Amino acid sequence: MSVTSNENGKKEQSASGSLISRLARERPTRPGETYGVPGSGDTLLLSLATIAVLLFVWWLITAMGWVKPLFVPSPQSIVTKFISIWQDGFTGSSLWLHILISAGRVFSAFLLACAIGIPLGLAMGMSPLIRGIFDPPIEFYRPIPPLAYLPLMIIWFGIGETSKVLLIFLSVFAPVALGARAGVRSAAIEQIHAAYSFGATRWQVLRHVILPAAMPEIITAMRIGIGFGWTTLVAAEMVAATKGIGYMVLTASQFLQTAVVIMGIVVIAGIAYLFDLLMRLIERKVVPWKGKM
Amino acid sequence: MSLKIENATVIYPGTDGRPPTEALQQINLSMDDGDFVVSIGASGCGKSTLLNLIAGFLAPSDGRIILDGSAVEGPGADRSVVFQKHALLPWLNVRNNIEFGLMLQGNAKEERSKVADHYIKLLGLSGFEDSPVYDLSGGMQQRVGIARALTCDPKLLLMDEPLGALDALTREKAQELILQLWHDTGKSVFFITHSVEEALFMGTRLVVMSPRPGRITHEFELPFSKQFLEGTSARSVKASPEFIEIREEVLAIIFADEEAV
Repeated sequence: MSVTSNENGKKEQSASGSLISRLARERPTRPGETYGVPGSGDTLLLSLATIAVLLFVWWLITAMGWVKPLFVPSPQSIVTKFISIWQDGFTGSSLWLHILISAGRVFSAFLLACAIGIPLGLAMGMSPLIRGIFDPPIEFYRPIPPLAYLPLMIIWFGIGETSKVLLIFLSVFAPVALGARAGVRSAAIEQIHAAYSFGATRWQVLRHVILPAAMPEIITAMRIGIGFGWTTLVAAEMVAATKGIGYMVLTASQFLQTAVVIMGIVVIAGIAYLFDLLMRLIERKVVPWKGKM
Repeated sequence: MSLKIENATVIYPGTDGRPPTEALQQINLSMDDGDFVVSIGASGCGKSTLLNLIAGFLAPSDGRIILDGSAVEGPGADRSVVFQKHALLPWLNVRNNIEFGLMLQGNAKEERSKVADHYIKLLGLSGFEDSPVYDLSGGMQQRVGIARALTCDPKLLLMDEPLGALDALTREKAQELILQLWHDTGKSVFFITHSVEEALFMGTRLVVMSPRPGRITHEFELPFSKQFLEGTSARSVKASPEFIEIREEVLAIIFADEEAV
């Protein structure tokens, strides 16, 4: 190895942690870095770089006029649209109201799904009787796209709030209930036996062993569930809505206002992401022991 | 405390067309107050099944388990179990894990802390009361498990390979600790292990089991724990010619069983 490459090696180490140096590094500087667990390592920088590249490509194709704004509006026009809707509202309602209405629908459906789905899922995990009864209907409707049973919701429950919230509820309910059901299996048999050997009742075992042990799975299920809720929002707001982010996106698409469509998508993604961050925070607070024993 | 196992047989029904297995065949065993009975044997000999029978997690297909004159019908607070691992509750701190049994039995908060304080001190866990159990070393976790088992003042302590997951040095320390606790509290202990040396060192009686079907083939009376408690160091006990002789004898029995597969 030549002197110069040694010097390069030193420089790389002094800048260790930066993306360039890590990509350029010839050999591992820490034991296990090459022969360690595949897939370990920090991805934040790479993720940020991906976003930057995507934004740049987006900006480039619009700035160069390669694609018409009708199909892909420029990033700046999205920002401009956001500001103008923020100030003037959309179809007579402020952006805040649209967001609040949509969030209200998703969260009320989510809370309802958790309130019913978690106890039911736990009961399904605990009792073959309840599992036997509820497994077929849940497994039957779970893979069906909400858009497919949307007409039924309208026929049965009309075009009011009920069918909108119910549609979102159904999409959240299945993953939450199935997650809680799977969570029942999380408790180790030793933990259950330990409780019984102190004379615990079945109810105490459920309350003090099964339920806490299932919490990580339940929280994961809630995260997955709320994700389904947001994906169903636009479908739900197809039903005679006059407010909401999904309604905004649908209306804008009818008038070929592509910038508003994209803006709406970004707003939904943003809220969903912020809520997921909140859930992860709750996860760390509620189950700091997750995966540790 | 007196425990009598009379002709206990456990047959697991065969699944997927396989014939049923006889996990335990005609087990007869009795334990008196203060006994430290160790069970050892090749894998599949049914020693864990036997412990589950005594604990009441499992009912015998035939025969009886009688504790202080009445048949064991299920788990109860007069028998506490110390498991090899996975038995602590990671959502509770050390203190709440130790108080777990007392809490389930509905004891008042002050009563619980008083008892827990005693065992925290006895097992050298002072200063770790508020730590999460998953931050403790394996040896300390096991001490939490033992403390938890002792809080409800069981007549009989059932230990299912409690030291199997510990490293060799920690394990020897833990053996001495358990013997000392056994001596000081006067509890009866039923102890399962894979280690012949551990079995000989800890027990007042050794029960050697053989697989297919699981049964007791040999029993030994052991003097070694007494020697240790009378002041001989653990290593000198384990290195004495008497100890080595019986160790090789037991090992030969177990090896013969393993090879007979």
